[in-house]
Amino acid sequence: MKAKDGGGRTLPETIAGFGKVAAFAGAWASAANRGAPRKLLSAGRPSKLLGSIDEAIRRSGLESGMTVSFHHHFREGDLVVNLVMDAIARAGIRDLTIAPSSLTNVHAPLVEHCRRGVIKRIYTSGLRGELAEQVSRGLLEAPVVIHSHGGRSRAIREGTIRPDVAFLGVPSCDRAGNARGWSGESACGSLGYAMVDARHACSVVLLTDFLEDYPAIPASIGQELVDWVVQVDRVGDPAGISKGATRLPKDPRELLIARRAVQAIDAAGVIRDGFSFQTGSGGSSLAAVRFLRELMLERGVKASFALGGITSQTARMLEEGLVGALLDVQSFDSDAARSLAANSRHYEIDATCYADPHAAGCAVDQLDVVVLSALEIDMAFNVNVITGSDGVIRGASGGHSDTAAGSGLAVVVAPLVRGRTASVVDRVETIVTPGESVDLVVTDYGLAVNPRRADLAAALRKGGLEVLEIGELREIAERITGVPEPVEHGNRIVGVVEYRDGTVIDLIRDVRA
Amino acid sequence: MATLRRSMLFVPGNNPALVKDAQIYGSDSIIFDLEDSVAPAEKDAARLLVWSSLRSTDYGRVEKVVRVNGIDTPWFREDVEAMVRAGIEVIRLPKTEGPADIARLEELVGALERTAGRPSGSVRLMAALEGPLAILNAYEIATSSKRLVAIALSAEDFVTSMRTTRSSEGVELAEARGRIVLAARAAGVMAIDTVFTDVADSEGFLREARLAKQLGFDGKSVITPAQIPLLHGVFAPTKEELRRARRVIAAAAEAKVRGLGVISLDGKMIDRPIIDRAQGLVDLARASGMRVEDKE
Repeated sequence: MKAKDGGGRTLPETIAGFGKVAAFAGAWASAANRGAPRKLLSAGRPSKLLGSIDEAIRRSGLESGMTVSFHHHFREGDLVVNLVMDAIARAGIRDLTIAPSSLTNVHAPLVEHCRRGVIKRIYTSGLRGELAEQVSRGLLEAPVVIHSHGGRSRAIREGTIRPDVAFLGVPSCDRAGNARGWSGESACGSLGYAMVDARHACSVVLLTDFLEDYPAIPASIGQELVDWVVQVDRVGDPAGISKGATRLPKDPRELLIARRAVQAIDAAGVIRDGFSFQTGSGGSSLAAVRFLRELMLERGVKASFALGGITSQTARMLEEGLVGALLDVQSFDSDAARSLAANSRHYEIDATCYADPHAAGCAVDQLDVVVLSALEIDMAFNVNVITGSDGVIRGASGGHSDTAAGSGLAVVVAPLVRGRTASVVDRVETIVTPGESVDLVVTDYGLAVNPRRADLAAALRKGGLEVLEIGELREIAERITGVPEPVEHGNRIVGVVEYRDGTVIDLIRDVRA
Repeated sequence: MATLRRSMLFVPGNNPALVKDAQIYGSDSIIFDLEDSVAPAEKDAARLLVWSSLRSTDYGRVEKVVRVNGIDTPWFREDVEAMVRAGIEVIRLPKTEGPADIARLEELVGALERTAGRPSGSVRLMAALEGPLAILNAYEIATSSKRLVAIALSAEDFVTSMRTTRSSEGVELAEARGRIVLAARAAGVMAIDTVFTDVADSEGFLREARLAKQLGFDGKSVITPAQIPLLHGVFAPTKEELRRARRVIAAAAEAKVRGLGVISLDGKMIDRPIIDRAQGLVDLARASGMRVEDKE
């Protein structure tokens, strides 16, 4: 038995019934083993604070061929992805897989990084704007992988997506890395998607523009998960954080669809004390909250919880006592972010708890009703929220298939015709949510019930609503738009759409025109 | 079922997105506007758009009305001709001052019906009363033509002529509203109340709609689809009214089965007008989205 010099004690190399002994070797001796070497202050305390993104990239141990991840809580106001990718390119690192929770219009600069080989592969919930356009035309050799929010959590937990370094912008954190989303100039509310990255990435770098005094507790991302903290000028543009998908609807058509959807939900018998709901982004689904609220006030009905992307409207319903709790994986506007800070019944949840299909339990399974938007719906009730009628990627999978699968009643709302293209079609361009999860389609020209739900059709008719066949809606649309020429696709697969369980539900091919 | 004109939705004639399917909002009538919401430079384009939409779009059961430009404008004749040929159901004449205006319109419409091959008398008319003289002539206007189905108050021009403004209480319109309802009832045509322009104020709109209903108006013009369900709610019968009406109809049906000449309910005799009114109320309830077939 050989003795080892620990903290002055003599220790055996192995102990029967315990195993091999790793002897104490100094308070910070093992810190160096955690991937990257840490800077030690004279006092012997490791500081996580770094002076620049470039330094963080160096210290994180990032190398060519690795995977980096980001979140999209800053939505159209995100500055982090572009800042970090520019720095990575400067460092000469290439062939990266990037795995943001989603990408938006502001990420057009990534096109250049793809062209130059800095980015080789993309996992994301969605793509918009110039990047989406270029990807649809074959920008990358490897297809982009589209996942749902729940599917991403599953993939990260199961190791399909394995972020080597997560670069996470946070509206505030302390020097130890306790971070939260509801304070600071760039407040975005919930950090629900980022929490998954923080837990599972090999190395975690936080970027913030608001360094708080220690301890910034309670924290959404705890210091125990964080390797480095970098202070930057700005992480998010507040104007962009609540822009785009969450505008407040005034359009009479969207209001009409929303009112009709709520009438149908009511006729289905869902609106009773203790029910729960989620509404997606997009005009009509956001407007549905307004009519739901009016009806609940009129009837004196209270919901147990609202889930998902939380808006100022749902936050107001919490404050009015119409909703018992908010489960918030993503805050859609600054009022929702403020509510998260102020209301004790407004809870932040991570994407695993929200929608991970292989977790022991997730919140979408507790939903009574969800109202979701769509780009296209077909005769089998399949829904497309990712590609336009021209075949170009212009949307996001988001929580669409997660909530449609989990909720008792999945309502899809869309104007029958957008511009000159029909929303109800023979066959959707790309399936994101399978028709078996969709119960009801509501348009400005009427509503249709999935034949699998004869009970629902009967309930709606009993409630005095006219129920059409989905084919009738398509015919009305065709009378208005005519039958379009099919989109001309090439043979290259530019996108793989994963269902939430990781199986492939559809492919996106390159567009020619 | 009797024609309802609870809600008459104004749609700017130069807005293709609204013109193409204004029926989806469920108003009783659509008023395609070629007058005030269309700038002079766009008059021809708006007329052409409404003309082609009327010919190509199935507006379903919704009544199709057009507000043409006034008699003294250079667009009047062309507006009327295009609309009669396109199959419009009702022409609303703005700034009607007296029966002579309606007579001029009627003459033109009659001639156009013949050349367009439409049945004589198929185009109906509606008069908008917008000035003090028009209000004083309300009864003469309301009785000026067999084609005339309704007279309407147009308050914006009226209050200007009266050197006042619109208030939330509507006291400045009290006399005009009263005279229009009186004249319409005396003449046997419908009375339509003016628009409520603050689209964000649904409380104010509801207040005004309730007032109009209580005064006896048949309906109201609206400028946004959002006001339609509110208006139909105001004009909906109460559950108690519906219950009584259904009992009247049931009693009448039973009397018929049993071959009784005299129908009575709760010891009171029921005559034909009461049964007709009950049937009208049930129709209105159905149009208001109430569950008419429910068991008690």
